[in-house]
Amino acid sequence: MRKVETSSKKKSLFKKILSSSNVGDFIFERLTLLFAVSVFLLVILLGYEMYQGSKLSIEKFGWSFLVNSTWDPVREIYGALPIIYGTVVSAALALIIALPLSIGVAIYLSEVAPPWLEKPLSFLVELLAGIPSVIYGLWGIFVLVPWIRKVVEPYLSDKLGYLPFFKGAPYGFGLLAAVIILSVMVLPIISSISRDVLKSVPRSQREAALALGASKWQSTMIVLRDARPGILGATMLGLGRAIGETMAVTMVIGNRALISPSLFDPSYTMASVIANEFTEATSEMYLSALIELALVLFVITIIINALARLLVWSMDRKWKTT
Amino acid sequence: MEIKLSVKNLDAYYGKNKVLKNISIDVPKNKVVAIIGPSGCGKSTFIRCLNRMHEVVGGTINGSILLDNEDLTKTDPVLLRKRVGMVFQKPNPFPSMSIFNNVAAGLRLNGVRNKKQITPIVEKCLKQAALWEEVKNNLNDSGANISGGQQQRLCIARTLAVSPEIILMDEPASALDPISTTKIEDLIFELKKDYTIVIVTHNMQQAARVSDYTAFFYVGELIEYSDTKKMFTSPDKQQTEDYIRGKFG
Ligand SMILES: Nc1ncnc2c1ncn2[C@@H]1O[C@H](COP(=O)(O)OP(=O)(O)OP(=O)(O)O)[C@@H](O)[C@H]1O
Ligand SMILES: [Mg+2]
Repeated sequence: MRKVETSSKKKSLFKKILSSSNVGDFIFERLTLLFAVSVFLLVILLGYEMYQGSKLSIEKFGWSFLVNSTWDPVREIYGALPIIYGTVVSAALALIIALPLSIGVAIYLSEVAPPWLEKPLSFLVELLAGIPSVIYGLWGIFVLVPWIRKVVEPYLSDKLGYLPFFKGAPYGFGLLAAVIILSVMVLPIISSISRDVLKSVPRSQREAALALGASKWQSTMIVLRDARPGILGATMLGLGRAIGETMAVTMVIGNRALISPSLFDPSYTMASVIANEFTEATSEMYLSALIELALVLFVITIIINALARLLVWSMDRKWKTT
Repeated sequence: MEIKLSVKNLDAYYGKNKVLKNISIDVPKNKVVAIIGPSGCGKSTFIRCLNRMHEVVGGTINGSILLDNEDLTKTDPVLLRKRVGMVFQKPNPFPSMSIFNNVAAGLRLNGVRNKKQITPIVEKCLKQAALWEEVKNNLNDSGANISGGQQQRLCIARTLAVSPEIILMDEPASALDPISTTKIEDLIFELKKDYTIVIVTHNMQQAARVSDYTAFFYVGELIEYSDTKKMFTSPDKQQTEDYIRGKFG
């Protein structure tokens, strides 16, 4: 009796496969579903593993891990606030510098540049996006940092030295160098993706605007409206890179867990702390604290992405109706 | 009869490729002129010369086009396009704007910002385009989330809002079902009271129904241009007759 049942079940599954108009489609559907689910599982697994690894530190320090500013492996006190601060501030400032420039570059490449110039320029931008970060780091040490020490910082402290942001001795190594190097690294990413997004807006949209009597500038603004979600996506990718960037940043930022309003002072980021100190982490608590730092980085990345999504939705709704 | 638009000895090129040869057409005010001819004969190119969209894709022209006796090749293209509106073959509403804002777009481009001023114009144009009844309750929906026929009427409303003097239409109904097509044809009939219209169409019956004059193009040349009734009953040229009877093209 039972045997019959299973065989009929098998049969019905078999039938289902056959009757779904195409076997290939059926397999394709299941396979892609599997991939999608596995991505989801991977994220959860990653989060879970990090949580397990950092349990020791979480139990010992609790929330003070996030709000305490002492990071002292010798005394085994781990407060990550300066490191979180350094990460967020360096990435945010880099984005503030890079975003307008990137959008400018993207608009130039997609809307203004003549074809003979557009091709090589786009190629160059894409090339820049693909350069390994250690090379940016070397450039930072040998070119950027001396330039900042000799030219930029003396100039800024001379002209704007009364502001807290430009106080202190000009070391060269510090937050300012990190911000500049990050913006240089993020710029080609945001520009090349934004260019693709702008290019993918159909020509009929530009023609519609022009035919209504829009100037070139106005029609570009309309194209930009269509491209908004894509550009935001590009920005998020850039921000993700800036927050997670390790090598180039650690080579120029000075690597000291310190909260200071001055851009001249050294700082530290989560990614560089993890990379630098992992090999030295001899005690279990130290290791656990570093993993907790990774967890924080992970959560911050997720929060930023979620916020970006929300931003797109709310802007879309607002812009459509105003 | 007042001549609104006068094309004289017009040649049009894409690079070195000459696609229009020595075209001369007078378009009378408040009339509908239909352009017919087989695919690739230069109909779109011709009407795109009339609002200088031809140069946007890098094309060039020779000859003169007079709008109210003023050479439009010498005017500012941005100002010109406010006087000569265009409806494209494929509906192209702005998807990132609401239905309302699609119609208001042209006004805003012209610097009209006052909502009190914009609202009645939007309503009027949507009514003129026979779309008001269908969308009046969801003016805030995206301009891309309506049917193709509605989108095309939205594009017409958008063009009307700028209050042009001439409306160019490039096969405005070719992507539409018969009912939407009829609506647009009725609309054209209404519009000619206030506007001068040049319409490209592949559909002979449509040309016969909506237009006062018809021009027949063939591989870049104007074969015949005359009163629509005459064109469809006793054309002068054998070629025209063959085309209208469906013998080629
Ligand atoms: N952007 C362009 N660049 C180069 N050549 C073009 C371009 N657009 C059209 N042409 C050429 O110009 C000629 C006329 O094209 P046009 O689009 O004006 O024809 P049409 O009469 O509108 O055809 P259809 O009825 O298919 O729309 C064609 O031979 C075409 O290959
Ligand atoms: Mg055409």
